Amino acid sequence: MATPVKVNRIGLEPQTYKGSKTTLCAGCGHNAISERIIDAFYEMGVDPRQVIKLSGIGCSSKSPAYFLGGSHGFNAVHGRMPSVGTGAMLANKKLIAIGISGDGDTGAIGIGQFVHLMRRNLPIVYIIEDNGCYGLTKGQFSPTADLGSKLKTGVVNDLPPIDTCALAIELGATFVARSFSGDKKQLLSLLKAALAHRGTVMLDVISPCVTFNDHEGSTKSYAYVKDHDNPLEEVSFVPYFEDIAVDYEPGSTQEVTMHDGSKLYLKKIEEGYDATDKINALRRLQETARRGEFATGIIYIEPDRDDFLTQLNLVDEPLATLPLDRVRPGKEALDEIMEGLR
Amino acid sequence: MSPTDLAVQEKQATAHRQRVVNDFSIQVATVNGSGSQTANMVLLRSILLMGVPVSGKNMFPSNIAGLPTWYTIRASKRHYIARKKEVDFLVAMNPETAKEDVLTLEPGSAVVYDEPLKLNALRNDLVFYPVPFDKLVAPVCPDAKLRRLVKNMIYPGVLAKILGLDMKLMEQALGKQLGKKAKAVVLNAGALKAGWDYAEATFTKQDPFFIEPMNETAGKILIEGNAAAAIGCMMAGVTVVAWYPITPSSSLCESLISYMKKYRVDKTTGKATFAIVQAEDEIASLGMVIGASWAGARSMTATAGPGISLMTEFTGLAYYAEAPAVIFNVQRVGPSTGLPTRTAQGDLLMTAFLSHGDTKHIMLIPSSVEEAYTMAMQAFDLAEHFQTPVFVMMDLDLGMNNWMSDAFTYPTGPINRGKLLTEAKLKELGSWGRYTDVDGDGIPYRTIPGDHMPAYFARGSGHNAKGQYSERPDDYVENMDRLNRKFETARTHVPRPVVQTNPKAKIGFIAFGTSHFATEESRDQLREETKVETSYYRLRAYPFTDDLVKFVDAHEHVYVIEQNRDAQMRQLMKLELSPERQTKLRSVLHYNGLPIDARSITDDVLAQEGFEVAKKTSRVQGAGMTGGE
Repeated sequence: MATPVKVNRIGLEPQTYKGSKTTLCAGCGHNAISERIIDAFYEMGVDPRQVIKLSGIGCSSKSPAYFLGGSHGFNAVHGRMPSVGTGAMLANKKLIAIGISGDGDTGAIGIGQFVHLMRRNLPIVYIIEDNGCYGLTKGQFSPTADLGSKLKTGVVNDLPPIDTCALAIELGATFVARSFSGDKKQLLSLLKAALAHRGTVMLDVISPCVTFNDHEGSTKSYAYVKDHDNPLEEVSFVPYFEDIAVDYEPGSTQEVTMHDGSKLYLKKIEEGYDATDKINALRRLQETARRGEFATGIIYIEPDRDDFLTQLNLVDEPLATLPLDRVRPGKEALDEIMEGLR
Repeated sequence: MSPTDLAVQEKQATAHRQRVVNDFSIQVATVNGSGSQTANMVLLRSILLMGVPVSGKNMFPSNIAGLPTWYTIRASKRHYIARKKEVDFLVAMNPETAKEDVLTLEPGSAVVYDEPLKLNALRNDLVFYPVPFDKLVAPVCPDAKLRRLVKNMIYPGVLAKILGLDMKLMEQALGKQLGKKAKAVVLNAGALKAGWDYAEATFTKQDPFFIEPMNETAGKILIEGNAAAAIGCMMAGVTVVAWYPITPSSSLCESLISYMKKYRVDKTTGKATFAIVQAEDEIASLGMVIGASWAGARSMTATAGPGISLMTEFTGLAYYAEAPAVIFNVQRVGPSTGLPTRTAQGDLLMTAFLSHGDTKHIMLIPSSVEEAYTMAMQAFDLAEHFQTPVFVMMDLDLGMNNWMSDAFTYPTGPINRGKLLTEAKLKELGSWGRYTDVDGDGIPYRTIPGDHMPAYFARGSGHNAKGQYSERPDDYVENMDRLNRKFETARTHVPRPVVQTNPKAKIGFIAFGTSHFATEESRDQLREETKVETSYYRLRAYPFTDDLVKFVDAHEHVYVIEQNRDAQMRQLMKLELSPERQTKLRSVLHYNGLPIDARSITDDVLAQEGFEVAKKTSRVQGAGMTGGE
C-alpha cells in the first residue's frame, strides 16, 4: 500500500507549490525566502492558479521563477513592478498578488512607483529581498546600504540609508514588517499573516548576499544581521480555518483580527510596543536604527482600512472577463450622447 | 460712432465688394480665462443651427489665465473645415495683440473692436465697428465681479446683427452651452441682446460678409476628437484606464470618466464595470495598462509626446512579452516641452519604432472625429488580436478642436479578443507554448491569470517558444522572426487607405490625420485655379498596406503632406520602397504649430511643380505670444 500523500486543506501536495530550480548563488538569502513563500502558500491552502507573481529586475526579481510554478508570473522592467501589479489587480480583483523586489529595484530606480503603491493600499504582498547591494551587477551599493557599511573593495558608504519600512508606514501601507531570511519561524508567520491581509503588505526581508556583501565591515552580512536582529515581538499567526485557542497573559500579547478572520498574536518582547500605533512604530524604527540594530516583526498593522479596489467600487466579478453586454452600453446611450452634441 | 469712423467707412464704400455668403472666417482675439470659449461656442453652434457647415479652431497659450488666445470660426458652404489661412472678420478684444492683429489683415476685412483701443486709426482699408463693451455690460450685469466674463457674450450679439445670424438660434445655442445654469443663461442672454441692440442702433452694414440659412447640417453634431475617441473606447468595452494629465490628451480621459460614470455603472448594484486610475506618471500609466491587459482586461492610456518618450521602455516590454495595449498619442509640438498647446504630426518615427532593440508598432491615424470614434474600437481589437501595443495617432487639432460630423453609428457585431487558449483548443493542439506560432501568422495563443489554463512567466528577457528563459541564439532569432511575421500579418488587418485615383493626374497626394481636410481643399484649388489634377491616397495606418506601391507607380510625383519638419512619414515609406520609387516622393511640410491650411499646400505644390506662385504677403494670424515667462 502506498504511503498516503501529504496534502493541504485544498487537497494539493507541497510539490505543487514549488517552482523551477534556482539559479541564484548557493546560500543566497533569497532562496530561503522562496522556501518560506512555498511553505506559507501551502499551509494557507492558496490555489496557485489564482496567484500572480510579479517582480522587477535584479537577483531578487528572478526568484518568482523558483516558487509556485503553476501560477502566472510577470517579470517586468526595473523598478516598475508596482504599476504592472496594480494593473493586473484592477483587471481581476480575485487574484492574489505577490511581488518580489530588491533594495535597488525598490529604493533606487523604483522609489517613485513604490511610494504610490504604498499610498494606494493595493492588495498585494510586496517583499523586498534586501541585501544592501546590487548583486547582479557585482556588488555596488544600493540605497538601503547602511552608513559606514563597507564594500568588498573597501569603499565605505557615506550616504544615509532609506528605511523602506519607515517610508511605507509614512505613506500609508497597512501591514509593514521586517524580517531576516535566516529567521525561518518569524518569516513564515509573517508571510502567512500577509496572505490574510487585505491591503498592501510591505515586508522588508534582510537577505544577505553571500557573494558580494557577506564580509567583515558589511552591515548586511549573516553574522552582522544575526547579532543585531531586534525582534519587537514573537509573532504567532492562527488562520481562520484552524480552530486553535491561544492563551496568553493579559497585557503580554497584542491580538489582531485580520480581514479574513484569522488572528495574529504579537507577544511583546519590547515593553509596551503597540503595532497599531503609527507614531510609536516610526519612533521605534528610529531608535533601533540609532543603535545600529534591525527592528523585526510586525512594525505596523492597520487591518481594516479599505483597499484600493474597494475604494474604486468595482463590480464583484473580474473586470477582465465581463461579457460584452456588460461593457458596451446600448444604442440608446449612443443616441442620447449624439443628441446632446447637435 | 465717431466722425473719423464715418470718414473711413466712406472710403471703403468706394471699394465695395460683392456679397460673400457662408464662405469666410471669423477670428476672435481675447485673453484666456475670460469666458470667451462659451461665446465662441455659441457663435459656432448658431452657424451650425442655421444649416451652414462650420468649424472652429482654438489657438490658445499654455497658461490658465491672462495670455492672448485666438479662436477661428470658419463658415463654408462647400464643407471645407480645415483652417483658413486668411482672416476675413476680426473681433479684437485683447489690447495686447489688437494692433498686430489688425495690421496683418487683408484689405477689405472687417473688425469689431473694443472702442477704447481706437484701432480705426491704424488702417483705412478695413471696415471698423467700434463697440463700447464696458459701457454695454454694466446695465445687463449688475454684479461687477461677473462683468469680465459676461462682457464676452456681447460680441456674438454684435456679430449676429452684422452677419445676419438668427437670434433665436443664438439663444438656443446659448442654452445648450450653459445647460442648467439658469442664472448664467439669463445674464448671458442679456449680454447677447445688448450686443445686437447696439449694433442695430449704431452700425450700417459696410462689410460684404453674410451668413444665410442653408440645409447642409441636418443631424450633424459638434464634437472634439478627444471626446469622440472616448466614446469609442467606452463602446469598445474598455475596462481598465490609467492616465496622467498632459495637454492635449487630458480631455480624452476626462471625457471618458464622465461617460463611463453615466453609462458604465451597473444599474442593479451601483458598482463600476471599469477602473480608471490617475497614475503617478506616464510610465506607471503604461505599466498599469500592460499589467491589466496581461491579466485579460481591455486597457488603455492616453498621452502626448513627452508621455510617449517616458513610455519607451514599457512599450518594448509589451512588444516583446506580447501584452496588448491601446495608447492614444494626441500629438503636440515637440521636441521636449515644445509648444504644448499647438498641433503637429511629429511623433511618427519615434512611435513607429518606440523602444531599444528591434521593434515595430501598429499605428492607426484618424483624420476625423468619426474615425477617432471608430479607430478607438479597432485599436482594441487589433491590440488583442496581435497581442501588442497599438498607437492611435491623433493630434491637438483633432483632439481639442470642435469638428462638425455626422452622428456616430452604433457598433455591430462582436469584439475580437484575440487568441485566448481554451480547453478545446488545448485538446486540439495537444500541447501549448506561450510563444509558439501554431497558425503561421506569428500570433501565439495566450492564457490569462485566473483562467485556470496553463500558466507562463511573462518576461522582457530572452525566451523561447514555450516562454522559458533562454539566451540561445536560435531561440532568439526564431522569436524575433516570428514577431516580424506577426507585424507582416498586421498589414492585412489595419485600416486600408481611402484612395481617389484620377486617371488624368500626374500628381499624387498622400496625406493622413488632420492634414486630410486641407488636402481635399487644396485639390479643389489646384483644379479650379490652375487646372492641375491630383489623385489622393489618404493613409490610415502603419504598417503600410500593399497598395502604396501601386499608387506611387501610377504617378510622376507623389507629395507626402505632413505636419512635421523631417518628413517623417515619407521617411517611413522610403524604408519600404525601391530606390526608383523613392525618387518620386516629394514633401509638403507644415510645422509652425498651427493646423495646416489648403493655401499653404497649394502654393508649395505649385512652386515645386515650377508654377509662378504669387508671393503671398499675408502673415500667419494668431501667431502667439512671446516672452512673459
